[in-house]
Amino acid sequence: MPFGNSHNQLKMKFSSEQEYPDLSKHNNHMAKVLTPALYEKLRSKQTPSGFTLDDVIQTGVDNPGHPFIMTVGCVAGDEETYEVFKELLDPVIQDRHGGYKPTDKHKTDLNPSNLKGGDDLDANYVLSSRVRTGRSICGFCLPPHCSRGERRAVEKLSVEALGALTGDLKGKYYALKNMTEAEQQQLIDDHFLFDKPVSPLLLASGMARDWPDARGIWHNDNKTFLVWVNEEDHLRVISMQKGGNMKEVFNRFCTGLTKIEELFKNKGHAFMWNEHLGYILTCPSNLGTGLRAGVHVKLPNLSKYRQFEEILKRLRLQKRGTGGVDTAAVGGVFDISNADRLGFSEVELVQMVVDGVKLLIVMEKRLEKGQAIEDLMPAQK
Amino acid sequence: MASSFARILSSKRKVGILSLVGAGSLTVGFFLNREQHVNAGAHVRRIYPASAEYPDLRKHNNCMASHLTPAVYAKLCDKTTPNGYTLDLAIQTGVDNPGHPFIKTVGMVAGDEESYEVFADIFNSVIKERHNGYDPCNMKHPTDLDSSKIRGGQFDAKYVLSSRVRTGRSIRGLSLPPACTRAERREVERVVIDALAGLKGDLAGKYYSLTLMNEQEQQQLIDDHFLFDKPVSPLLTCAGMARDWPDARGIWHNNEKTFLVWVNEEDHTRVISMEKGGNMKRVFERFCRGLQEVERLIQEKGWEFMWNERLGYILTCPSNLGTGLRAGVHVTLPRLSKDPRFPKILDNLRLQKRGTGGVDTAAVGNTFDISNLDRLGQSEVQLVQTVIDGLNYLIECEKKLERGQDIKIPAPISQFK
Repeated sequence: MPFGNSHNQLKMKFSSEQEYPDLSKHNNHMAKVLTPALYEKLRSKQTPSGFTLDDVIQTGVDNPGHPFIMTVGCVAGDEETYEVFKELLDPVIQDRHGGYKPTDKHKTDLNPSNLKGGDDLDANYVLSSRVRTGRSICGFCLPPHCSRGERRAVEKLSVEALGALTGDLKGKYYALKNMTEAEQQQLIDDHFLFDKPVSPLLLASGMARDWPDARGIWHNDNKTFLVWVNEEDHLRVISMQKGGNMKEVFNRFCTGLTKIEELFKNKGHAFMWNEHLGYILTCPSNLGTGLRAGVHVKLPNLSKYRQFEEILKRLRLQKRGTGGVDTAAVGGVFDISNADRLGFSEVELVQMVVDGVKLLIVMEKRLEKGQAIEDLMPAQK
Repeated sequence: MASSFARILSSKRKVGILSLVGAGSLTVGFFLNREQHVNAGAHVRRIYPASAEYPDLRKHNNCMASHLTPAVYAKLCDKTTPNGYTLDLAIQTGVDNPGHPFIKTVGMVAGDEESYEVFADIFNSVIKERHNGYDPCNMKHPTDLDSSKIRGGQFDAKYVLSSRVRTGRSIRGLSLPPACTRAERREVERVVIDALAGLKGDLAGKYYSLTLMNEQEQQQLIDDHFLFDKPVSPLLTCAGMARDWPDARGIWHNNEKTFLVWVNEEDHTRVISMEKGGNMKRVFERFCRGLQEVERLIQEKGWEFMWNERLGYILTCPSNLGTGLRAGVHVTLPRLSKDPRFPKILDNLRLQKRGTGGVDTAAVGNTFDISNLDRLGQSEVQLVQTVIDGLNYLIECEKKLERGQDIKIPAPISQFK
């Protein structure tokens, strides 16, 4: 629960030992970094909007661990969180993002013509292609901490900006609270509708407050470009289509994002970004590009190959079920996407997915014919 | 409010204060400063006007939504209690949970004792609606834990399977579960289990901390139906009561398993007296004795329960103000429960039926949980007597129906005595 700064004063009358959370049974990035000494050092601080250390870590205290992945265990309430609590968040970021140092600089590259190939992933194997990221709007608190007024202002601004898109990006906004039954069913059938979060990781951070106020979905008429408003971040931007033309998906992604950024700038609002952390999002795991580029691909043979996990690791790829994070694969179809978010540019990450998936399909075809694939084992990227 | 704080600071609570404050003079200074803040809480961060922040309650059906007009919201949204609790925090659970299929929920909680004062403009309306017209502005709540006044209360075990009385108590000076810090919650635990350790005779017992419990202890508590689990109801989780689970939560019970205290679940403490069979009189006697003994033990250490003469015992949810008491039995009424007049009879007797799983459950077979409807405006003795008299009537009806005789709907009993 986001507490105002006045409530933080209450905690200060107790000693740091008395307030320090019991993390003895915990296994998340926050728990690994937050020693009693660090807690004592940071607990009197707050961001200008009043976000405190305990607000940052509440989700990690309430959720000791996750069966499949090592969770982050902290969230940002505003842009300044990453600065004020850098002594906690820098080591968390370093651990989560493969050694990314506090002094490192992140490259942003949203020029789609820098992507080589990617328009010809074998459609016999690749069922669909998708690229997503998130964006936060400067001057507004993030979902764990925003007030109703702020969230509504984010929605209003977003709807205005998106309303100015033209051509194949022209579309329509559906507010969650005004949706008709028919609209709702259509969005579900299109796999566009997001629901109130149920994951305790999200609920414990306060992101679901006031649901469904100021939440909604915008998509273009072609149903290939989609924006979620006020779900886990201010904006989640998704470009997707059936088949294996990742290049076209990425083109649209970059064009759309660039246009949207311009429209927001015209209204006097930039996206949160800095040269160390790239794009600023609620969860530290999504910093940098916030980008997940992935495909749904049939790999029934390769997925049973004893070195499947190792191959993915070397290609810097990650597998998920076709329901997304926290789901299992169905019928040999996997969601394969980039594992990294920070320290590589958008183009570099999509290139890794394109090149990596190409190789996986070659391997799958060999295994289908009963041929060996050891000679194809990639080096660690 | 300044007067009650002066009383606390000057009373024999030095031990409690020092244990909270530690050695630093800075924090002692803060404590003394706190008294000045009693009437003027710190200002809330506000960038948007109240009209931009007012929640959308058009699809809502709870007591908070019925009474929180834009005008009331605007009046209260900038205020905080001395601890920093705000209106937005108090109403969050009601904003996030528009309604409940079976009952009209309250839709707001208190973060501390002062919430009921600072946000009186909304709490008083909610209290009035929830407690059937009780007006905190001009009525007083009677407290009476003298169990010797009870007449009857020993029921035929053919009908009454078990008897139970529960209430809650809050420790004055510490924030309530929606708002408490980890240190405050741990302090509640320390104060309470320290007091419970002083209970003797049939009340002597043991504390089981949720964080330290072993598998065997856990299984035993489940088998005894004593173990409470992390709240899953969004009504509770949206209010922030499940934060830091299971830190500083636990269950205490006496060796005879007839007196039970929950620590830091929905309230600082929930106190339960129960036994199999129909001896409600004995259950209530133990209830009163146990409560009074615990109160004496915490007072020895300079602490007291939250209580005032307008609202009685102060608890997290406004629905539990006054006595916070629910006295009930599991009773089998195979014929009466099928009679179409049953709901009206219960209503006039000011009783409520639930399933044997408690609130939000349905009855199994012909066994019901029957308890008092009211919490505020009548004393503990009055409410338990109401349950006893009412049960006697219900059992009489059942017996009449057994004999083929007809039954009558009783005249409605008056609500505020």
